[in-house]
Amino acid sequence: MHQNDAATPGPPEELLAVAEDLVASATGDEQVEVVLARGASTGVKVHGAEVESFTSAGSAEAGVRVIREGRLGFASCGTLDSAVLAETLREARDNCRFAEPDDHNGLARPDGVEAVVHDTWSDDVLLLTADDRIDAALQLEAMALGSDPRVSAARSTVHSAGWSQSALVASSGIRVTEAETYASISTQPIAREGEETQIGWSVDAARGPGDLDPAKVAHEAVERATKLLGAGRPTTGRMPVLLDARLSVTLLSLVAGMLSGEAVAKGRSPFAERLGETVASPLLDLSDDPTRTDSPGARSFDGEGLACRPNPLLRAGRLETFLYDSLSARRAGRRSTASAVRSVRGLPSPGAQLLVVEPGPHALDAIRSGVELGIAVESFSGLHSGVNPVSGDFSVGADGVMIRNGELAEPVKELTLASTLQRLLLEVVAVGSDFEWLPGGSGGASMLIDEVSVAGA
Amino acid sequence: MIEQSTVEAALAAGLEGGADFAEVFVEDRRSTSAVLDDGRVEDVASGRDRGAGVRVVVGGTTGFAHTADLSEASLVAAARDAAAGAVGSGNAGAAVELNEVHAPNPNPVSVLPEEVDKAHKVALLGTAEQAARAAGAQISQVSARYSDSRRRILVANTDGVLASDDQVRTTFSVSAVATGDTGMQTGRESIGHTVGFELFDTHDVADLGRRAARRAITKLAARPAPTGQMTVVIGPGGGGVMFHEACGHGLEADLVNKGASVFAGRVGEQVASPLVTLVDDGTVPGEWGSAAIDDEGRPRRSNTLIRDGVLVDYMWDGIRARSEGRESSGNGRRQSYAHLPMVRMTNTYLLGGSTDPDDIVADTPNGVYIAHLGGGQVNTATGDFVFGMTEAYLIENGRITEPIREGNLIGNGPAVLSAIDAVGNDFAMGPPGTCGKDGQGVAVGDGVPTLRAHGLTVGGTAA
Repeated sequence: MHQNDAATPGPPEELLAVAEDLVASATGDEQVEVVLARGASTGVKVHGAEVESFTSAGSAEAGVRVIREGRLGFASCGTLDSAVLAETLREARDNCRFAEPDDHNGLARPDGVEAVVHDTWSDDVLLLTADDRIDAALQLEAMALGSDPRVSAARSTVHSAGWSQSALVASSGIRVTEAETYASISTQPIAREGEETQIGWSVDAARGPGDLDPAKVAHEAVERATKLLGAGRPTTGRMPVLLDARLSVTLLSLVAGMLSGEAVAKGRSPFAERLGETVASPLLDLSDDPTRTDSPGARSFDGEGLACRPNPLLRAGRLETFLYDSLSARRAGRRSTASAVRSVRGLPSPGAQLLVVEPGPHALDAIRSGVELGIAVESFSGLHSGVNPVSGDFSVGADGVMIRNGELAEPVKELTLASTLQRLLLEVVAVGSDFEWLPGGSGGASMLIDEVSVAGA
Repeated sequence: MIEQSTVEAALAAGLEGGADFAEVFVEDRRSTSAVLDDGRVEDVASGRDRGAGVRVVVGGTTGFAHTADLSEASLVAAARDAAAGAVGSGNAGAAVELNEVHAPNPNPVSVLPEEVDKAHKVALLGTAEQAARAAGAQISQVSARYSDSRRRILVANTDGVLASDDQVRTTFSVSAVATGDTGMQTGRESIGHTVGFELFDTHDVADLGRRAARRAITKLAARPAPTGQMTVVIGPGGGGVMFHEACGHGLEADLVNKGASVFAGRVGEQVASPLVTLVDDGTVPGEWGSAAIDDEGRPRRSNTLIRDGVLVDYMWDGIRARSEGRESSGNGRRQSYAHLPMVRMTNTYLLGGSTDPDDIVADTPNGVYIAHLGGGQVNTATGDFVFGMTEAYLIENGRITEPIREGNLIGNGPAVLSAIDAVGNDFAMGPPGTCGKDGQGVAVGDGVPTLRAHGLTVGGTAA
């Protein structure tokens, strides 16, 4: 098999021209924004040294926002077919008639901030053959299965790679394109010991296949699968929990959601009245910064086409800013922080794009060695059902490894961790020096959080 | 939606290399939504998707490609891409004769949403909002959302299946925030059925708004939830989420076949209390997970998964059934034409028992009563699962007393199923749900009567 699955795409300027044509039809009393995207991806899933599925996918999407007399209408479609695009624009215009006017409605306007350009394209993705992809997936599965006698199968092992391009044109004078490639690998090994089964996982993602680290993925996934074998339940009580870089970012993403200018304006954020106050441990520095070129998730523009910029959220525990898109900024009498998050198929809303937790001075080992009794958490479950971003109530399922007298001890599972997000922020007693960029693009470091309610046996 | 000759050409192209099986799935989906928030109808949005996915199977390998262009040239090209992904030589290759599958439609629609003026849809939002705000001075914010979708699908495959379905779904939800001395609390209510705009002939959105508001107000007085293992009574309706997580996913044949389920190899064994009879039924009229056919063109069925506590069977899709030489149970589903089908639940529910629900509470000295559940999650390999409680109370001396704050409960599927010791006679279906698996979301329903379980751990903060 030698077909080249991801055919070389045309230049993103092709999209720009189509978007400009649509926007050019805007009449004097309306604002029109068109976002177009297209891409291709190829995924291989292997199981038991055989190819389970081989998927080639092309995609095309369009989203059209129209504002007339302060009324907002939106429509989207899953094609770039010109007749359907014209119908989508008509639908967006028609939808305007039914929304209620809001003087704050409006598209983003160019604000003079220069975009930071990142190297987000790797031609290596376009050169991958079907055999390259299959070999990479088979190699990862073999690595995962060959490293521990208790691991004899993986639920699935996946190699996926592709490219995407987008163009955004707004009648307010915005005109931007972005293009990126990606490659990712993941595996979910199954470990068995006696009657017990555990499943692990790990993933790596990069701009090109050459930057993936299959040995690390295999090792991490197998470690996760085997580490919890023999897990019991912890005793119920209040104790410190140690979160690794990934879980720290997971937790702080929930907090960042509460700092959305929209949640603040609509009275849904417990932090609404706290700007400038200390809301977290002084050890905590957190920013939202898509301009970090060293991150695999760096980007140049937000979802409304404004240049991304660094936004400090917490500095030594002090709440520095909320995150705004154009609408929420106008409502608050502020400028957009270029924090519009959207899919092509939906309207933008403000949110974090690339969180960065500044590392602390202490090595992870040193932090752990100071814990008399606690839990090094391995995973959370039920984040969507047990965390309320309005009240701040936090209660999640978890598993992990007990820390006793500073050392990792027995694995534990079927436990819950509970507190409030407000309190968790204040109880951060250490931030590790083990900073790392995660596959999703955010950068995190370990955190030790005290006084968490643990429910177990 | 598409010419039969186009579909036949794509199937023939899929078989050119000597495949075992080829399938074309065509989808045309339109949706409308409208959102009211912060006292205003913020936006009205429409969506349109149309495309086809072609699947070619050789031995254990599936090749898949999809396209948004429904021309014959594009479908044939997708079929060739799919066939290139499924290397090897299979048995078929002959032309296929397609025979139309006639499956009864459980979801008759009387008013197509596309025939209803958008102004009528938007008007519902204000009605719900006003009712929620009128429920109490503590209500500080309200949002309401209306959405409808019409999904027409056609499936044809080289087994000769030609099936189509027209799936119309309508849903409405209200979220309220109440503010008091203790901070803010939220309440949410939703309805959703596989029906048209007539949904609102039988469901009052004002009532929905009031209930969401009352839930938020009730929770202002909530005290911290207890911490640790306790007896739990779950009210009728949405408690089906517990079964969806505790065993539903673990009974999906794809997970079972890969050894990733704690229920693997246990058919015929007692896996739950004798009070438990669990059914997955994709034919319940109008329910959120119902349809005439699954996304592989097979008529939906009612499948008993657990009868009197004994595991009867898993749920199957076409690929997994084919490899085991048996029939699909009609559980092959996909989010859209751009996704491969896999084993998914439809409407999963626990049959009602004989006990008066009041007696179940009265017979519980101490515990937690859960009136409304949130979503959940499961690790099928270990059976450990969580689900959220969004409205819950303490049970003290056989009486429901004070409200408690929301949070998750955790348990182990087989252990909790075995420790169900009361099932009420008040069965009800729950609100509409979206089930996520391997990145694909599909509409699912669930339902339970009042039931009591032991062995669940409540994730609270009270000492």
